[in-house]
Amino acid sequence: MTEGTDPAALPDEFAGPDGHTLALEMMRRMLRVRLFEEATIALFHAGELPAMVHLSIGQEAAVVGACVATTTADYMTGNHRSHGHPIAKGAGLGALMAELLGKATGVCGGKGGSMHLADFSVGSLGESGIVGSAIPVATGAGLAAQVRGSDQVALCFFGDGAANEGVLHESMNIAAIWKLPVIYFCENNGYAVSVRASESISVPDIATRAAGYSMPGVVVDGQDVLDVYRATRDAVARARAGDGPSLVEAKTYRFHEHAYGLVVPQPYRDQATVDSWFDTVDPITLFHHRLLGWGAAGEDELRALRDAVQSEVDAAVEFARESPLPPPEAAYTDLYAPSEVTA
Amino acid sequence: MTATTTRAKQLGFLQAINRAQTEEMTRDERVVLMGQDLRANVFGAAAGALETFGPSRVRDLPLAEAGSIGVAAGAAMAGLRPVVDLTVASFVFGAMDQFVSQLAKARYMFGGQATLPVVVRAALYYHGGTAGHHADRPYPMFMNVPGLKIILPSTAPDLLGLLKSAIRDDNPVLCFEDANLWGRKGRGPLPEAGDHLVPLGSAAVRQTGTDVTVIGIGLGCYLAVEAARALAGEGISVEVIDPRTLVPMDWPTILESVSRTGRCVVVDPANRTCSAASEIAARVAEDCFTDLRGPVVRVTTDDVHVPFSPALEKQIYPTQDKVIAAVRRALAG
Repeated sequence: MTEGTDPAALPDEFAGPDGHTLALEMMRRMLRVRLFEEATIALFHAGELPAMVHLSIGQEAAVVGACVATTTADYMTGNHRSHGHPIAKGAGLGALMAELLGKATGVCGGKGGSMHLADFSVGSLGESGIVGSAIPVATGAGLAAQVRGSDQVALCFFGDGAANEGVLHESMNIAAIWKLPVIYFCENNGYAVSVRASESISVPDIATRAAGYSMPGVVVDGQDVLDVYRATRDAVARARAGDGPSLVEAKTYRFHEHAYGLVVPQPYRDQATVDSWFDTVDPITLFHHRLLGWGAAGEDELRALRDAVQSEVDAAVEFARESPLPPPEAAYTDLYAPSEVTA
Repeated sequence: MTATTTRAKQLGFLQAINRAQTEEMTRDERVVLMGQDLRANVFGAAAGALETFGPSRVRDLPLAEAGSIGVAAGAAMAGLRPVVDLTVASFVFGAMDQFVSQLAKARYMFGGQATLPVVVRAALYYHGGTAGHHADRPYPMFMNVPGLKIILPSTAPDLLGLLKSAIRDDNPVLCFEDANLWGRKGRGPLPEAGDHLVPLGSAAVRQTGTDVTVIGIGLGCYLAVEAARALAGEGISVEVIDPRTLVPMDWPTILESVSRTGRCVVVDPANRTCSAASEIAARVAEDCFTDLRGPVVRVTTDDVHVPFSPALEKQIYPTQDKVIAAVRRALAG
């Protein structure tokens, strides 16, 4: 049997000390997203969150597999399902959680909130509450990298709903004609709030639309962090080599509602199936078992990792709770940058 | 001095844009030009840019207004200083989400992490049968969006100086250029070599006077000056102020003048409702109430879309006669 076809064989990526580190890092970041968001559920029920949150639970492999293929020097933009992207990109949890609680210590000083997280220190140029709106922003970051002659790339997250926004098509065309180093990464979770992707998108796979822009388009198993990582790594390599943009579509699942706490009056998906996802397609459980099966990590090691991440999340919640609210005058700062030539 | 030599030392609108862009691109390699038909210099303001600065910094955009503005926003966040030529101002509507959701809001929403030094140039292409889809004057809509700066020069030297300041500004600046000033009207004395900078937020007093303050925007400034000249024959002394920058507005200059004259007329080519004139009139009424001796009068474009037929079009815009009538009404109060 050739390498890569034996599901029990340790994948090349996870062989050796570096591979072991990579595998654990993928697990650590997926756990950070999951446990951070589980903490937000608790905060929601405790009445401590000022607004609804849009959870990435179920989509961790897509988010993390893509981000791990980049570095913190690379750029990234996201969408209203906002927490997973900066966490996966490497942002610290405390300032993110503080932002969700509207605190002065939040990444955006309490002005962005759950849907508009950004941490420029790790290349996270911001999420967007308007569907599709940040797609050209990532494209522009790719342009800047190209003009400056750096080897940075821009990772652009969007969902199946945004795949129908005109600005995606404008952006992919611009990136293609200028060969910009952009990776368009679609987290296709199957639903735009309640509307099925199969009823709102003209093709079975969004990735096929890449052909219209002369760029590679691949579909990956969004519940398999290694599959996502491999496809994104290839797209990043292509971008860094000056060969232009790519489109990666991860087929994934949103385990919770569009927004946590949102009550949808008419059922649009089968709840029994949704409930079974935790047993069948949970990316963290799947990766856990695979790591054990490959002998890439031991039970004790994974338990210790989970405990460490839980402590990190607990500390983030504590930090957020103890942080001060912004003073009222903060509402009037950050609108304009100081400028050179103003009367 | 003969007419010929006077013309030779005058600067036109397109030359001003070209000189501003060239000087700032030379000064700062982060400045890049993007627009439709730039490399072929179809609109006349990009002569020599491609040859001087190369294809990496001078880019023809596809017809994708939203994508273009969003790309400029992202490029700015990642270290460039884009100047986007959107050509006709009516094309801003195709990019409205990007102007508002990204360009104007990113710095604020992200707590000051983002810096967006983007200049967007767009011509106000009204008069002359361009009709409903090309003749808009949409700058007041953007005055309603915090986070943007807006310049609207009425002379070529001001355009040069303001555009250079805008390119150096770390904020998004929208530069609206009144296309009626492209010809002889907008020409002005050629500034000496070297940096000619006009700071954003500084109005120009075009003419001093004592009886009434007329604030004229773009072409409206010329109508005000012409009206002032006609009224001078009747012994009416008109002060004419050109705001030059709409955001930030030079309120001290405007309010001081109106407090002194006690009367105010605003000439604004935008549609009447919620025009720049509306904001100026409201602010003057609030802050100069006790000094006012008559109503604040607006001369604006009537609230209709711009019709094509010459028989229909001209009547809807501000004219010299309308300004004169407005001054008389302000004086009669």
